[in-house]
Amino acid sequence: MKTNDVILQTTTKVVFFIIFLFSIHIFFAGHYTPGGGFVGGLLTTGAIVLLLLAFDLKTVQKALPFNFTIMTGIGLLLALGTAAGAIFFNVPFFTHAFDYFTLPLFGETSLHTAMVFDAGVFLVVVGSAITIIQSIGGDS
Amino acid sequence: MINLLLFPIIIPFLFAILLLFFKENVVMQRVLSVIGVTLGLIASFYLLITIKAEGVQVVTLGSWPAPFGISMVSDMLSALLVTTTLLITLFVIIYSFTSIGKERERFFYYPAILFMVTGVNGAFTTGDIFNMFVFFEVLLIASYLLIVLGGEKKQLRESIKYILVNIVSSALFVITVAYLYSVVGTLNMADISVKITEIGQPGIITVIAVLLLIVFGIKGSIFPLYFWLPGSYAAPPIPVLALFGALLTKVGIYAIMRTYTLFFIHDTGFTHEILMVLSILTIIAGCIGALAYFDLKQIIIYNIVIAVGVILFGAAQMNEAGISGAIFYLIHDMLIKGALFLLIGIIIYVTGTSNLRKMGGLMKTHAPLGWFYLIAAFGLAGIPPLSGFVGKLLIAQGAFQAGNVWGSIIILASSLVVLLSVMRIFIYAFWGEPVALPKIERKSYAQLMFPAIVLVVLSILYGIGTEWLIPYMTDATNVLLDPSIYIDAVLGE
Repeated sequence: MKTNDVILQTTTKVVFFIIFLFSIHIFFAGHYTPGGGFVGGLLTTGAIVLLLLAFDLKTVQKALPFNFTIMTGIGLLLALGTAAGAIFFNVPFFTHAFDYFTLPLFGETSLHTAMVFDAGVFLVVVGSAITIIQSIGGDS
Repeated sequence: MINLLLFPIIIPFLFAILLLFFKENVVMQRVLSVIGVTLGLIASFYLLITIKAEGVQVVTLGSWPAPFGISMVSDMLSALLVTTTLLITLFVIIYSFTSIGKERERFFYYPAILFMVTGVNGAFTTGDIFNMFVFFEVLLIASYLLIVLGGEKKQLRESIKYILVNIVSSALFVITVAYLYSVVGTLNMADISVKITEIGQPGIITVIAVLLLIVFGIKGSIFPLYFWLPGSYAAPPIPVLALFGALLTKVGIYAIMRTYTLFFIHDTGFTHEILMVLSILTIIAGCIGALAYFDLKQIIIYNIVIAVGVILFGAAQMNEAGISGAIFYLIHDMLIKGALFLLIGIIIYVTGTSNLRKMGGLMKTHAPLGWFYLIAAFGLAGIPPLSGFVGKLLIAQGAFQAGNVWGSIIILASSLVVLLSVMRIFIYAFWGEPVALPKIERKSYAQLMFPAIVLVVLSILYGIGTEWLIPYMTDATNVLLDPSIYIDAVLGE
């Protein structure tokens, strides 16, 4: 059956980027306010799922040619690496560090190691969720 | 090295992650997983020595102060269990090279084992009751993968049961932790112990004790909550069965031992009485099961249930002999169950069946297998000087001291049933007229024998070397009997 989903596909092309940018906003907001890597990752996953609904699995895999299992692995490595960095300074595992830096455009910004950990969480969530959806959706 | 006690958890985790990058490369998977477990083993031996020299090791994650951050606590009992876990995993991985098959190896078999070991070691080490739940989930999710991997019809059926049972028990675990938190207002295990002592264990705490017993009882398979175990454990291939049988139920037992010696020690007449009665019923139910089957796997699986009963019976005595007997027996049981499962795996491989009635005369063709099986069987039953003897002796001694004469008589009688059940395997499989064997490669038989023999030899050494192990066991027992050692180490007062 051929369905006419021009409206869905056209909207998706715009909405995808809005959701994706919002997920990045949520990700960075996460340190002091509600949000963070987990929610951000879920939002990104939601955006990709929207693409999958509007188009089909093959098109999306061509547009986003990542191996999502590897992405999960990279995310886990980032998270573990950040937490394990404490070992080299002989402080308890998971101890974080932060400081204030003056960056161009942003002005004075506080940079946390916790953010790297959160980036790992983001990648793990996106990677594992998409792997699940692809392997279930790829069956039919 | 303030983080030393975390190494046996982090190293398998790191290598599990690395393995995700080499999904198709089987050789790389094998090499990396052996390296990972070996490094973890070295770290855990170093940890053992450190704890012997310096006492209980504690690190509170993220540099938060103790009752608020998540504490990881490694006392002698957890370090011994962590070391044994890694030891068994190493040999099961080596055994898997020849027995598990390329298909499974290419679908995250080794990462799943390493993630499971991460969870098991974490559960043994953590000093925070909610974090224990998290590590339980880590090991359960990895075990879901291991039990279903391969996708045979039987595996799919049993894994649905396994997952359902564990989801229910995990939900109950969270609910119970929430009850506990609403009463004592803390999750740190040392702090919980202090708070319960302050309020003197009112009725509600005893209710929570029984709820926790149900939760850990489902995982550790005590009577009448072991119903799921014989079916589910029989489904996956032998190396997975060996890991499950040797490690997973022991996590439940450890959790019961820890909570019943650290938290609920003010109304032992009630809580420990229940634990003791249930453990005796567990032994009886296990004995009936072990004698009822003609299937190799089922006989040894019911022996897991018997061992759970014996260990918990020892722990329920709450005196020095009983507890140290339980610890002796716990470590012994991990080693010997690992060895036995690998050995019956070889018997099944050689004969091509797990039905005892279709076997016979293996002694003529596979004599070494027969002798090592016999040694492992005697060790399991506790014939001196093999490894099961000291543990059972101490448990029986503890029970007599505590005045539970009937219980100790049942323990001793159960040894005979255990001996009978494993000797039946020996008589049916190794004696009698030889039956036609399927053709197998002699080389892979030798490769399978190696890890099994090493585990049997280790268990013999464990039995003979009891004298040298006593200082370690005494340290482990002291912490369980005197919670203030644990509490002082964590809260630093």
